[in-house]
Amino acid sequence: MTDSFIYLDAASAEPLHPAARDVLLAAADQGYADPRRLHRPARNAGLLLENAREVVAEALGVRRDEVLFTSSGTSAVHTGLLGLGSRGIAHSAVEHQAVLDAARWSQRSPVTELAVDAEARVEVDAVRTAVAAGDVDVVAVQQANHEVGTLQPLDEVASAVGPATLFVDAGASMGRLPLPAAGDAIAGSARKWGGPGGVGVLVVRRSARWRWPFPGEEWSRTDQGFTNIPGALAAAAALQAVVAEREEVNARQHELISLVRERVRAEIPDVDVAGPAEDRLPHLVTFSALYVDGEALVTALDRLGAGVASGSACTSDTREPSRVLAAMGALTHGNVRLSLTRDTTREDVERVLDALPGIVKDLRAEAGL
Amino acid sequence: MTGPVVTLDCRGQACPRPIIELGRHLGDVEVGEVIAVAADDVAAHHDVPAWARMRGQEFVGEVEAEDGVPVYRIRRLS
Repeated sequence: MTDSFIYLDAASAEPLHPAARDVLLAAADQGYADPRRLHRPARNAGLLLENAREVVAEALGVRRDEVLFTSSGTSAVHTGLLGLGSRGIAHSAVEHQAVLDAARWSQRSPVTELAVDAEARVEVDAVRTAVAAGDVDVVAVQQANHEVGTLQPLDEVASAVGPATLFVDAGASMGRLPLPAAGDAIAGSARKWGGPGGVGVLVVRRSARWRWPFPGEEWSRTDQGFTNIPGALAAAAALQAVVAEREEVNARQHELISLVRERVRAEIPDVDVAGPAEDRLPHLVTFSALYVDGEALVTALDRLGAGVASGSACTSDTREPSRVLAAMGALTHGNVRLSLTRDTTREDVERVLDALPGIVKDLRAEAGL
Repeated sequence: MTGPVVTLDCRGQACPRPIIELGRHLGDVEVGEVIAVAADDVAAHHDVPAWARMRGQEFVGEVEAEDGVPVYRIRRLS
């Protein structure tokens, strides 16, 4: 490989899976037509889209007619959540911004935030209380947290929601982990598993009381006129490959992340490693170094040749610190998230780990500490 | 409650500057005494308690200055 850049931001976007690349190119030539028309190219496009749906359904272990394609993971979240319930919404304090945006946009009332513990795990009693208060008929809890990796207790949440419906954002976990058994609607994002950008997947269970929440009712079961057929096929191919490989990849990534957690704690003074050590996503970790500017840390790592994300206020568009870190009481400044791609090596991780203590020490010295 | 012996004015400073000042000036108060920091940066609301937890100091609470800026109080324990 000529490009030696160490890309550790798979949780934002995993590089295109090799299994998806050829499919994407072939489908771009074949899948251009509008599948709703009656001519032959339209039928070809329709067949490709149905093929993509079938592959996704099989990879996730659901029925074909439970799979909808959307134009992004964000759109899958909006469509899935807003199609459930009609009264109040309760969501965990550590949901993705897309869930909060949808809840606010819906103008439903009340919108209740469910507290989490110090490891970002939602408090099941808070779910019970929110539903018992009477006006909440949809609860949103993610499968796994996108910043700190915490797996949510979805089975317990599912029994706590009672008569209310459950929306599950599986954006960080779809493909990497088995689809949760719980959830009336479950959303995922292809570029998080190595599919192309611009493809979301929404699973709506047959038993769910869900309806299309946007204009165009007649499109509700034809993906809102979704037209990115090459993207859907490539996303499906990547998902199939990721599911087939996940036992091996997850074990390798889990071990590398454990190594990061241990070495960061041991070698950098005054560092807060967030989230649980075990019940977590295999491929990511977040930590914060006291007295360090998050942007400076990301920039220093970029100069070293490593790309990471940060939840610190100074790195965000809104200048607000990460809600996830804030909700769990973790330090919000000096924060970086490392997330591994399927082919991140131990050498890649060690190169970053070897450099980190010196980088943090220098930044602290610059700050006068 | 005994008031702060030292109050750092970190108005207008972005994160992590108020926490850096806190780290630099903790030694200005004796063990058992309270140091305070006035900071309008939103991250300070989360990071002052996190700093106290990480450094083994006691986060006493948050009050509002006359100009509405939050003032965070920490008791030095070590």
